[in-house]
This record gives sequence, structure tokens and C-alpha cells, in this order.
Amino acid sequence: MAPGGMLLFNTDDGYLEAIIRGYRAGILSSADYANLCQCETLEDFRMQLTATDYGNFLQNEPSPLATTTIQEHARKKLVDEFRAISTQATEPLATFLDYLTYPYMIDNLILLITGTFKEKDISELIDKCHPLGLFDSMASLCIATTPEELYREIVVDTPLAPYFAECVSLDDLTALNIEIIRNTLYKAYLEDFYQYCQKLGGATAELMGLLLQFEADRRAINITMHSFGTSLRKNERESLYCNFGELHPEGIMRLARADDRSSVASIIEPYGTYRRLWSAAMDNPDKNLEDAFFEYEVYLAKQAFDQQFHYAIFYAYLRLKEQEIRNIGWIAECISQKNKSKLNKYIVVF
Amino acid sequence: MDVLTENAVNATMEGTTEIDPYMWAGVGTAVTIGISVLGAAWGIFITGSSLVGAAIRAPRIQSKNLISVIFCEAVAIYGVIMAIIMQTKIVDATEGAEPSFFAGYGLFATGLTVGFANLFCGLCVGVTGSSCALADAQNPALFVKILIVEIFGSALGLFGVIIGIIMAGKCTLA
Repeated sequence: MAPGGMLLFNTDDGYLEAIIRGYRAGILSSADYANLCQCETLEDFRMQLTATDYGNFLQNEPSPLATTTIQEHARKKLVDEFRAISTQATEPLATFLDYLTYPYMIDNLILLITGTFKEKDISELIDKCHPLGLFDSMASLCIATTPEELYREIVVDTPLAPYFAECVSLDDLTALNIEIIRNTLYKAYLEDFYQYCQKLGGATAELMGLLLQFEADRRAINITMHSFGTSLRKNERESLYCNFGELHPEGIMRLARADDRSSVASIIEPYGTYRRLWSAAMDNPDKNLEDAFFEYEVYLAKQAFDQQFHYAIFYAYLRLKEQEIRNIGWIAECISQKNKSKLNKYIVVF
Repeated sequence: MDVLTENAVNATMEGTTEIDPYMWAGVGTAVTIGISVLGAAWGIFITGSSLVGAAIRAPRIQSKNLISVIFCEAVAIYGVIMAIIMQTKIVDATEGAEPSFFAGYGLFATGLTVGFANLFCGLCVGVTGSSCALADAQNPALFVKILIVEIFGSALGLFGVIIGIIMAGKCTLA
């Protein structure tokens, strides 16, 4: 039975869906953002946040407040909410929620590898890891010099193991290789997750399809844009693109051969969504393509809340909250640096 | 109609007439109440699980949205009423008289009509009620609007009951 089924969805997941919709009501509104932007100091900022769903989550923090502390606590709140949901989830929702934590795991793994290269203290690094992506063998991460060692010692015990297979062929861990590992892992993860969502069927497949296709396309465009001027070869670049998405297969094939920004622009020209995002980013000097992508992601995630009886809202909620944490961080940073001219570069969610 | 199908139809017809009219009437009554309660229970769990979850962040919705649960409950009550009406029709045949097959089949059909009308009514009200609870938690102004949809949904079961009463009115065993 597809979890998108109207008649049986609530047997296992109705309660959790209703809870996540309750959490959604706590997402900051445009009025909240307007109030936050009025703040002169971070102390005011803390006071304003008390009036929102965040409550007095910062009350035990000594002044002066650092912007990172605010973000850290906001993230902790999100993690607590996510944990509350995932501990109550039954299959197949439990697996779905596990999938949502894998990207954080990939980021943490890469953070640790990069950190150990620069010979930083591992316990210090673990503090910096995203709490949603913690895994057991993290602390035992010794200095792995080749991807194969890394695989044998650490990754094999994590859910990321199947995604790692393609990286083992790399010879050693250099800065470029680490980026390739990150993107290969992410590509394998996205393809697997996409397959899983399609298998679930119903509204979940439909909405997650939209969201993940966008994610895949965004990665393809970003990888292409960032690869110009690096030593990444074109066939290597092509292997990092996902095998689904709106750009797949033709746009992907052409992106693989692109040489500069203007050729990327002409490749995405036939795709209405990306053409609009591209021109929105080009017309507005304050905005780059990344911001346009984030804005569109928020738009897609909000749409997931328009339907009932599906899993995509769990993913969408996480995305919206991540955006909110970025917003809070941005506004707090602007306030602490007294740079109000750039304050409006946040994305209102609801 | 070819020979095989004809034989099959004849066999079925003979089969059905071998079943006692009291059996038909009894099964009809059981189907009425059973399927109606299935619909009501199904609707209540669809509404209830959403209501419980949504009431965590917005406790004010809990008593208001009980009305959705009551609408589902009403579906079971329709079933009970119909079952009571139908059982008054099942009386012992007078000495020497054959119980009426017309009434037996009639009560069976009544049971199916009412039972399935109530099953789908319960599902409809349940799904709407679940959306109603979630919508009310986000925006209280939506409650009355969705409630109207729910009322129309809950009227569906009544149609089944009305037809059921008319059908059962013509059927008295013996």
C-alpha cells in the first residue's frame, strides 16, 4: 500500500503528519522577520525571538551573544523536533526519515576527513558536526590516507557504505578527491533516495519527485559552474551528475561539455524553470544563482504542504527549517556587524 | 447465452433458493450493522489520529473537532437504527405458511444498500474530518468552511438509510 493512500495513511503516519504540521505553524512569518530586522543589538534580537515559537531557547546563554550560538541553538531545536518524530515513526516512514539524515552524514564524514588532513583535534571536529548526521564509528576515525582505508575502517559500518563503492577506485585523498568523494556520495544517495520515493508511490512519489529532481538539477548546474578553472576533467564531471531530473538526459549531456558560464546559460535556456531562475539572478545585482535556487526550493517545499497523506512534508519541513536557520544567522550577522543595507537578503518562508 | 453460462446461472439460482429466507434476512441485518460500524470506525481513526497530532500544538481545536468524530459515529448509529428496523421484519412464519423469499432477498439487499452507503459515508467524513482538524489548527477561520463539506459528506449515509427504510418497508417474512 502506497503511503500516499488516503484511506490507510493515517493508520501509521497520521499522528506524525499532524505533529509536523503543528511544527510548521511555528515557522517564522514575514511579520516575525520584520520585527527581527528592527532590532539594533543581538540582545533585542534575543528578546524578539522569545515572542516567536523559539521561546526562551537562548535564556541560559551569557551575553554577549555570538551569532553562531544563536544558529547552533536554532539547529538544536530542529534536531530535537526531528528526533521526536523519527523515534515514533514506523516503517516505511522510519526508512524515509533515515534517508533525510544521510546528507548530514556525508557532510560530517567529509568534514572529518578534511579536518584530520589539517591535523585538527578530532573531538573538536565532532563538536562541529551536524547532530543529525552523527554515526558511531566517527570517534574512531583515524587518519585514513586512501579512500579504500577510509571505507574499510569507517564507512563500512554506516548506511553510506553502498554509496561509497564508486569512490574506492580513487588513489589517495587529496583536496580535489575529497570533493569528488563528497559529490559521488551525494549523487549515489540522491539516486537511491529518488528510487525509494518512486517505489513508495502516490503523492509521496509525485512531490518528492519534484523536490529531488530540482535538487539533482541544482547540483548538476552548481558542479558545472564551480568546475570551471579547476583541474576536474570533463568525464569526471559527467560522472558526478545524477541520472534523473528535469535536465536529464539531454541537458546533462550538454552540461558535461560546457566550457564557461555563457554556455551553461544557453544550455538551461530551454528549461523554463531554470531560465527564470537564471535571469532572476542576472537581473538583480544583490542576488546570485545560489539565492535564486534557495528561493525556488522554498517555493517547492511550501507546495508539499498543500497536499495531505504523503511523506514529502517531512522533507519539506526540514528544508524550510534549514532556510529559516540560514535566515536567522544572516539577520543576526547583519545586526552584529551593523550592516543594515544587506539585511533584506533573507527568504521569507510563510 | 451459451450452454455453460446457462447451466451456471441455473445452478446459482437453484443454490440461492435452497438458502432459507431467514438466512438471507439475518445476513442482511448483520451486513447492515457490520459494514456501517466498519465505516464509522475507519472514519474515526482517520480523523482521530490527525486530531490527536494536531491538538499537540493547537489544543483549542480538540473539543471543536470532536464534531468530526461525532459525524463518523452517526454512521454507526444509522446502521444500528436500520438493523433494529430490519429485525422487526423477521418474524416466525405462521403454522403451515412458507416464509417469503421476496422478503428474504429484500432484506438482504437492504443490508447491502445501507451497509455500503454507510461505509463510504464514513470514509468520506473521516478524510474530510482529518483535513478539517489539520486546517483548523493552522487557521481557525477554515473550520466552519470545511465543516460544511463534512456535513454534505455525512448526508450521504442518510440517503442509504432512507432507501433502506423504503426497501425494508415492503419486506415482512411470513
